Amino acid sequence: MTSTDVREVDGTTAGAPAARTRRRRDAARPVWQEPPSTALKAVKVVFIAVVCVVMLYPFVYVIGMSFAAPESVTSGQLFPTRFSTGAYQAILGGGIISRALLNSLFITVVGTFLSTLFTALLAYGLTRTRFAPGARGVLLMVLLTMLFGAGLIPNYLLVKNLGLLDSYWALILPVLISPFNMVVMRAFFMGLPGELLEAARIDGASELRIFATIVLPLSKAVIAVIALFYAVGYWNVFFNALIYINDTDKWPIQVVLNQFVVQNSDIANVTNPDMPPPPAVSVQNAVIVLATVPILCVYPFLQKYFTKGVLTGSIKG
Amino acid sequence: MTVEHTLPAGQRTRAEEAPTEPAAVRRPSLRRRILKEKWTYLFLLPGVLYFVVFHYVPLLGNVVAFQDFSPFRGIFGSDWVGLENFRTIVRDPEVMRALTNTLIIAFLQIVFAFPAPIILALFLNSLVSDRVKRSIQTIVYLPHFISWVVVVSIWQKILGGAGLVSEILERVGVEGVNIMANPDTFKILVTSQVIWKDVGWGTIIFFAAIVAIPSELYESAATDGASSWRRMWHITLPGMMPVISMLLILNVGTALTVGFEQMLLQQPAVGADAAQVLDTFVYFRGIAGGDWGVATAAGLIKGVIATILVLSANKIAKKLGGEGVI
Repeated sequence: MTSTDVREVDGTTAGAPAARTRRRRDAARPVWQEPPSTALKAVKVVFIAVVCVVMLYPFVYVIGMSFAAPESVTSGQLFPTRFSTGAYQAILGGGIISRALLNSLFITVVGTFLSTLFTALLAYGLTRTRFAPGARGVLLMVLLTMLFGAGLIPNYLLVKNLGLLDSYWALILPVLISPFNMVVMRAFFMGLPGELLEAARIDGASELRIFATIVLPLSKAVIAVIALFYAVGYWNVFFNALIYINDTDKWPIQVVLNQFVVQNSDIANVTNPDMPPPPAVSVQNAVIVLATVPILCVYPFLQKYFTKGVLTGSIKG
Repeated sequence: MTVEHTLPAGQRTRAEEAPTEPAAVRRPSLRRRILKEKWTYLFLLPGVLYFVVFHYVPLLGNVVAFQDFSPFRGIFGSDWVGLENFRTIVRDPEVMRALTNTLIIAFLQIVFAFPAPIILALFLNSLVSDRVKRSIQTIVYLPHFISWVVVVSIWQKILGGAGLVSEILERVGVEGVNIMANPDTFKILVTSQVIWKDVGWGTIIFFAAIVAIPSELYESAATDGASSWRRMWHITLPGMMPVISMLLILNVGTALTVGFEQMLLQQPAVGADAAQVLDTFVYFRGIAGGDWGVATAAGLIKGVIATILVLSANKIAKKLGGEGVI
């Protein structure tokens, strides 16, 4: 049996004591579970390999090609052999992409802050459904919106009538509070030790004070994960920006990416005209990378939180 | 709280006293309860405003479906045309095409994209090593967080006309393969994209269901000689059933919403015949085409059917003995 990194297939026999002592730290096969046959192990290894390649290789390829030197892009290889940062220099000197990135950054920062704040306020208010008359009705009103939506045109007409067209607020206000995120946060708040909040109330602290000095500090984990989810949503905003923002100077990065990469508009427009033009393929791949990098940066944090069960715990509850 | 109650209870601790309180004490008046919770209402206010303005007010905007609507005259100035817009829809072949495409894609997604995370979750569960499990999860969750624009761009770079696959095929003599622009295979393509993007994310909830199954069940089944396949079939899958049926209900309810951004992004490449779905029809007819009444009517029909679908799926799930969502 060849030894691989994959513990599952490292050929140990669960029943044999010697083999069991060899497994450290990592989870052990329960005694009653028979080890898989060699054929099954092989199938599993192949399956794991295929899944990993299919999921990861596209990213690797795009990143690779964005750094490919001009002579290395046209040969149809799995990975370029010579590298250059020319595409990035030309793009960031060109203006269009850097402005779109700044627009997206602004929308993401402001939107995430407001969404997280108002979601937390509503979620905390809705932890008082047992005490405040009418609060249960508000909860129902919020939950019902998960079942139906008003439809594309009525939403568009609303934003238009509010005078929000061509404004960043059109990308933030209509999606300010996600009912799902609110439910997750409320479930977390409900789980906070009630005695603590009650003690503060008896001491005469106002609800606002309790919220700011007790609830929020105790809820850092859920606030972080909800904020990350909102941030990902705002960074990825595409359709709303497409219909609400006509001014190309205000376009976020996803709309620009659609324009120049998916719809293949004249890609030379995004690069600095004073520089020798890098190959269009590199430029397109570099734009894809720039639109994705922020997500890749926050991904480890997201991963850290949802493995803690912040989300699944509240879904089950 | 009242004097009669607390005096005899003077010796008792607070914890003993608490459960008897609601029965013994008269509830304070509604006014006093509201005043006492005035802070709560302050917390609720912005959220209530948001949901009323951005979720409930637009519901009223659906009256446009019964109007010959013009944005210049507005909802109050436009002429009422009764059911004319609905008649136009029934006669319009483009609606039929959008509906057919929507139903085919919805069918493919429920048959292939829905079970995919269940299978992946079962597979991950069959791995013993937590480290391997966690590494695979880290990899498969990732595409969920990438926008559709980026996903479509990346797929173009791999499978599109100037993409990797087509260049490799050219080297072995097969010219002009562009999977991303082939209308015949488009529905399979979009289903594959959905699986690629969300199969990992979907496993989270199924995996939580699997982990909640008590391991004694497996142990005693194994002692009785049940093979691992039989354990999966008779313990794991039944244990997952409540979650599976719940998600299936939710999926049926959103079946008519098939990847709006995904379709919109790729329609120019494959053409409307293959890629027009109900949502893109509403967009192109209404916002892009200015035929507001007809587009709203189509959206309204879709919304009503979706609500009926989710309610009836819920009822069926309850009849079959599972748990409903609502």
